[in-house]
Amino acid sequence: MSVAMPRPKAEILARREEIAAELRRIVPGEGVVSDPDGMRPFETDGLTAYRQLPMVVVLPETVAQVSRILRYCHDNSIRVVPRGSGTSLSGGALPLADGVLLVMSRFNKVLEVDFDNRVAVVQPGVTNLAVTRAVEHRGFYYAPDPSSQIACSIGGNVAENSGGVHCLKYGLTTNNVLGVEMVLITGEVIRLGGKHLDAEGFDLLGLMTGSEGLLGVVTEVTVRILRSPETARALLIGFPTNEDAGRCVGDIIGAGIIPGGMEMMDRPAIHAAEDFVHAGYPLDVEALLIVELDGPGEEVDELIARVKAIAEDNNAANLRVSQSEEERAVFWAGRKAAFPAVGRISPDYYCMDGTIPRKALPKVLARMKEMEAEYGLKVANVFHAGDGNLHPLILYDANKPDELERAEAFGAEILKLCVEVGGVLTGEHGVGVEKRDLMGTMFNEADLAQQERIKCAFDPRQLLNPGKVFPELHLCAELGRMHVHKGELAFPDIPRF
Amino acid sequence: MAERLRPETDAGLLDVVAWAAAEEVPLEILGHGSKRGIGRPVQAEYTLDVSGLAGVTLYEPDELVLSAKAGTPLSEVEKLLRDANQELAFEPIDYAPLFGGEAGSGTLGGVYAANLAGPRRIKAGAARDHVLGLAAVSGRGEAFKSGGRVVKNVTGYDLSKGLAGSWGTLAVVTDLTFKVLPRAERVATVLVKGLSDEAAGQAMCATMGSALEVSGAAHLPAETVADFGLGSDAVTALRLEGFPTSVAYRSAALKKLTEPQGPVEVLDVPASEDLWKKIRDAAPFQGEERPLWRISVAPRAGAALMGALASEPETGRLRWFYDWSGGLVWLSVEDDIEDAGAMKIRSALAASGGGHATLVRGPAALRTGVSPFQPQPEALAALSKRLKESFDPRGILNPGRMGA
Repeated sequence: MSVAMPRPKAEILARREEIAAELRRIVPGEGVVSDPDGMRPFETDGLTAYRQLPMVVVLPETVAQVSRILRYCHDNSIRVVPRGSGTSLSGGALPLADGVLLVMSRFNKVLEVDFDNRVAVVQPGVTNLAVTRAVEHRGFYYAPDPSSQIACSIGGNVAENSGGVHCLKYGLTTNNVLGVEMVLITGEVIRLGGKHLDAEGFDLLGLMTGSEGLLGVVTEVTVRILRSPETARALLIGFPTNEDAGRCVGDIIGAGIIPGGMEMMDRPAIHAAEDFVHAGYPLDVEALLIVELDGPGEEVDELIARVKAIAEDNNAANLRVSQSEEERAVFWAGRKAAFPAVGRISPDYYCMDGTIPRKALPKVLARMKEMEAEYGLKVANVFHAGDGNLHPLILYDANKPDELERAEAFGAEILKLCVEVGGVLTGEHGVGVEKRDLMGTMFNEADLAQQERIKCAFDPRQLLNPGKVFPELHLCAELGRMHVHKGELAFPDIPRF
Repeated sequence: MAERLRPETDAGLLDVVAWAAAEEVPLEILGHGSKRGIGRPVQAEYTLDVSGLAGVTLYEPDELVLSAKAGTPLSEVEKLLRDANQELAFEPIDYAPLFGGEAGSGTLGGVYAANLAGPRRIKAGAARDHVLGLAAVSGRGEAFKSGGRVVKNVTGYDLSKGLAGSWGTLAVVTDLTFKVLPRAERVATVLVKGLSDEAAGQAMCATMGSALEVSGAAHLPAETVADFGLGSDAVTALRLEGFPTSVAYRSAALKKLTEPQGPVEVLDVPASEDLWKKIRDAAPFQGEERPLWRISVAPRAGAALMGALASEPETGRLRWFYDWSGGLVWLSVEDDIEDAGAMKIRSALAASGGGHATLVRGPAALRTGVSPFQPQPEALAALSKRLKESFDPRGILNPGRMGA
């Protein structure tokens, strides 16, 4: 673990027993865990390289309990780390030694399904897939589909602004959430939005979504549900070069076609996936594209023909169109199993999550090849080609000396490269602790200070999930200070009317 | 008359705001001023005119991305996109004619600051859902940026959304990057005649829940239908967009689905485009000055809300129509109604399950006395105030516009 967390406060650690006792008063029964063995399952999240036992774990069941816990922590300056299902790939739910770990998994009920208004109202611990399960009997679904959707919770999706393969056409979590009920660190309960389409006042819902548990704790979520498309069919297209595949993606979009999903894999990823699930992927190509078209049957048939023509113009070496739901599922099986498939060919892998302008893909892939030699590690790439979100999987062996360190350094270089070509550090996994210290490659001090001031507006004592997202912790009083004085600036020399 | 400052460079704009922050001089932030009549009137000694910072700085159709200075005319952006068969999918309303202004005015910055949307809100969202990144100057007189030029980005707080719809009260935006999308090749509209508001609300929500991908659902009751040039009986309009074969297939299916409810007619391209522009721009209320409300409510609750309001004797003669499948009500009230009906409208709204009512148009005195934006509960209002202070601690940007 190569990342420094905020220094634990000795005065809080000294009060550990008293704090656990108070939390037991708020959440009676089994809701508080404070013995090391009981807390062990909570010491890490989906980014297992980082581990830390929390001071105490609390699992509230009601909004009133969440409110009382937060108010108590606020009044006593106790740090709080919120956690959903613990599937974060960026260490967003990594506990703090002097922090209360607030686990929302008992908030697991679907409260209301309203087909007329096309919304579902759910508690934050409900899994992403469970939302679809609750509405599919009427032909509806919830569009954002992160690959952890069996396990990840909607509350976590809001915290991370989760994506998935459908983002290009159907948007991210932020485009599919209409309202939340949330608790501020002071214990105040507020509602943002609701079943109506746009929230009033400042777009606090937009700020909350993707705030990585630093601004508040969500206790209820209203999500948009969509009617499932009439049909979906997929094309599986192999290309002799990454350039051909990349150009094909640009041409599809340039032709006015927005596929429901468009995924690309490079040669190492294709081979790993094929060895694992035997999806029938061609092994003699450099790049494989899965293009899924969804909508009314007639539309899908026409678009399949258009995409086919575009692929052929771009030197497609190999092209299949799914003829049945089973075949479509097989096309996807390899892509969906790409991570575990890579896990089979390497003892460990480190999953990166940069986003780049699509056109930069060949350059980024070529540069990554050079880096493989520099770092002595191999990379397999899966790519949400439609929206430029790249997941390089760096293969390493944690049992070999310094391979983890090399993998992390390699990963950081890849992310810097993403920023350099006009992209960003993280497309859907979040900053967390993992990319915290790289924030400076994308943002300058003024950019970060303004973001931290937003944090201060929600949580002036910086008790919610400190040590995540921001490379340095500044005091809110310091951030709020204005360094200008009357009379020092001349009246601007600007055209006046 | 406030003195108008019109910087033509980013540095010049930064100078103005830094100076105003140091001297605690309030600024009214303005593009073309096409939406100046919305919100509380701003009392400011100086006007900061952003229209001098104009021009598209990046447009890559294959990457579905466009960047421009905030003062760029929306019409220029829309023309550029149209020439490449693309568009801003959120279909921003043109507010200017509601205030006696010239159609087609307004800047990209204004589109963002007001978080505009149009009939496609129900399918494609609002400006907030399409903005990818921005650069701005805070009320502290500091330049900052957020987001980027790619769709998938969760690096740091999403200020691109956080500043949308903040009406220039948090920061002066100088640069915006938007996601753009292909323009539909074909449009058609299925009209169902003679439905009551309640029946129309039900029909619209039912079609929105079908797999037919309806991209506009509006109900034009007898009170306003004539202003759309569609006769005197109520009309429910359902829009389909996409590839020609798909639109033909879906309009046949939609026709079949709606025929049991009333006489059905299908509008082709030019008539469809004209109708949805009128719906987008609230055409029945152009060319008059009556107080105008924009009410956002759960779609299925729109008709019941209007039923409750129309039966109140004190509300006078009301004129209204619905967009967003019933979730957006444009409501015009008589001039001499006390507080333009604010209390009645907002309590009826609360009783319908919540939402918000914005007094979009009204005399300055009315917009000072009545809160034009929906008042918020205490804890939320306090949080909004802290957010405002985090950007603009001295309150120099559009003071009072969004609230007292």
